[in-house]
Amino acid sequence: MPQDRQNHWQRTRSLTLITLVVWFFFAFFVHWFGAELNSVSFIGFPLGFYLAAQGSPLAFVLILLFSTRRQEAIDAECGFDQEEDA
Amino acid sequence: MLKGRFVDNLAKVYGLYTGGFIIFIGLMAILEQAGASSDAIGILFVIFTIAIYATIGWLSRTMQVSAYYVAGRQVPALYNGMATAADWMSGASFVAMAGGIYFGGYGYLAFIVGWTGGYVLVNSLLAPYLRKFGCYTVPDFIGTRYGGNAARFFAVVVLVVASFTYVTAQINATGTIAARALQVPFELGVWFGLLGILLCSMLGGMRAVTWTQVAQYIVLIVAYLVPVFWMSTSQGFGIFPQLSYGGAVDRITELEAINQVGILTPTESFAGLGALTVPHAAAPETAIGSWKFVTLAFVMMAGTASLPHILMRYFTTPSVRDARRSVVWSLFFIFLLYFTAPALATFTKLQIMDPNLATGIIGKAIADVQALEWIQKWSNVGFLAIADSNGDGLLQINEFFMRGDIVVLATPEIAGLPYVISGLVAAGGMAAAMSTADGLLLAIANALSHDLYYKIIDPQADTRTRLIVARILLVIIGAGGALVASLKLTGILGAVAWAFSFACSGLFFPLVLGIWWKRANRQGAIAGMVCGFLAGTIYLYLIRFAATPMEPWLGIDHLRFGMVGMIVSLIAMVVVTLATEEPSAEIQAMVDEVRVPTGETILKEEA
Repeated sequence: MPQDRQNHWQRTRSLTLITLVVWFFFAFFVHWFGAELNSVSFIGFPLGFYLAAQGSPLAFVLILLFSTRRQEAIDAECGFDQEEDA
Repeated sequence: MLKGRFVDNLAKVYGLYTGGFIIFIGLMAILEQAGASSDAIGILFVIFTIAIYATIGWLSRTMQVSAYYVAGRQVPALYNGMATAADWMSGASFVAMAGGIYFGGYGYLAFIVGWTGGYVLVNSLLAPYLRKFGCYTVPDFIGTRYGGNAARFFAVVVLVVASFTYVTAQINATGTIAARALQVPFELGVWFGLLGILLCSMLGGMRAVTWTQVAQYIVLIVAYLVPVFWMSTSQGFGIFPQLSYGGAVDRITELEAINQVGILTPTESFAGLGALTVPHAAAPETAIGSWKFVTLAFVMMAGTASLPHILMRYFTTPSVRDARRSVVWSLFFIFLLYFTAPALATFTKLQIMDPNLATGIIGKAIADVQALEWIQKWSNVGFLAIADSNGDGLLQINEFFMRGDIVVLATPEIAGLPYVISGLVAAGGMAAAMSTADGLLLAIANALSHDLYYKIIDPQADTRTRLIVARILLVIIGAGGALVASLKLTGILGAVAWAFSFACSGLFFPLVLGIWWKRANRQGAIAGMVCGFLAGTIYLYLIRFAATPMEPWLGIDHLRFGMVGMIVSLIAMVVVTLATEEPSAEIQAMVDEVRVPTGETILKEEA
């Protein structure tokens, strides 16, 4: 497959932007409203507390899993396939 | 016994190792039943694990540049993830974090959010691109991308200040644990800890540190999780506490109202100890409270993405793709500990506060509490104190004082678990502090030997000389760190938070913009590093050390002074870059090349 550098970088950039927007949501946005969220009960926890203690870290793991998969697909589709078991 | 190369047999080797470690724990449990003293078990745990790390260090010795600096670039993503997790989780994460949540409640969770969220930045903005670059050290990237010895030199300065601040805290932590487990004075414990640390890194550099860090991760994660699962199961909160300790949070909130937490304030004080005055789950209700939470989280994240001992771990993977995958594994392995820490803090607090539990002490008669073994042991070393301030003979919440750093170490005793668990936790804390200290010492020594000595002072130096210089520096810096640690200038946690602020003040924007902004040039990068680092440092001095300390702006206190440094760094870098001419065509082509995941690295590999 021919390598398409321009397309590759464009798609990599958009993916990075999306990743950072979701990251921003779980890193800062939800915690700004910690007190309000605490009045909601989630599986027996005050929601604000749970998001800071467990929710956001879990969200970060999932964000990375998703974006790494997408990035590998973008790499492959643009002709930058990296061999398995390098 | 093993066919093929070591790296082809990792699953077998570490599987055997984990099995052996579990058998060792079982053996210690049998010894305890047979009547061995708790001190003997503690000593055996610490000595046995350090002996294993030292053996790995010896077996990984090398005289090759690529093996010494980047472990030969053949560490698979999964194992590099474990090594990074151990490299990352220091005495502060293992020993101090749950204690911080215990005392600081919700506000302290900003460390959890920051220290996990930072890996999203590492993965999307830096690690894969730095791997493609093919550098040996972080200043190597700055020096090559921006060109010139000045940029390289300033990167070395920021790296050394941030990492040295951090490493003294880790040597302090190893000293604390060694002193307690081996029953020696703290000052001696520090040097014993340093000896263990150097045994792991001196002969084999990055290769040795990588394989000991994997071993240390296994010890520390087992040691952290076992007591929490044990307490959760025995208190009826289910076998998967991270999802089900909500009941414990509610019960604490109930007990806080009864015991008047936050209303009853201590009337006496003990140096270094604190009483519980902050509610466990209550979030700040004011904008400034929310602002303090998110700024602390942000400084920790940007610091994560600027700390060279973390970034250089991703130089060791075989490919760009593996570097990326390895960040995901790192975060996963770190997550296992971090999403357990709040549960640990909650359970320990409940053990102490709940009068319905056999372990509860609040509201009990002071004479009974003082007769407890764990209370006596920890008060003897000055880490805990009880005072009957109102003279009613009962223990109130504001009459029980404890040092935050001991919460994790003392939890097995507080909860009445067998001593073998305490020994295990001590070994885990030791593993956490040692692995981070190793990574940091190596980052400093490598930057000085590769960037300062080889690249700037003597580019003709041969391989042998370079590797000997690297090792001599390692010993000198380690000894310097131990010397500073033995002076007990700072606590574990304060020093760690400062290291993050130093690192992000000077390095965050020069690193990120080096990849993401082609126009960024040498003058801009130097301005960003120098102005950011100076602004952060001067601000810290003004609010903390000046004769009449300045009132922090907008609640940006000494834990988050990196906010000031980073803003100055960004402005200085952008303004100076735009005011000077754009980088040469070769540099711009180099940036384009870094963005492509395959092909030759920018810097060529040495044998």
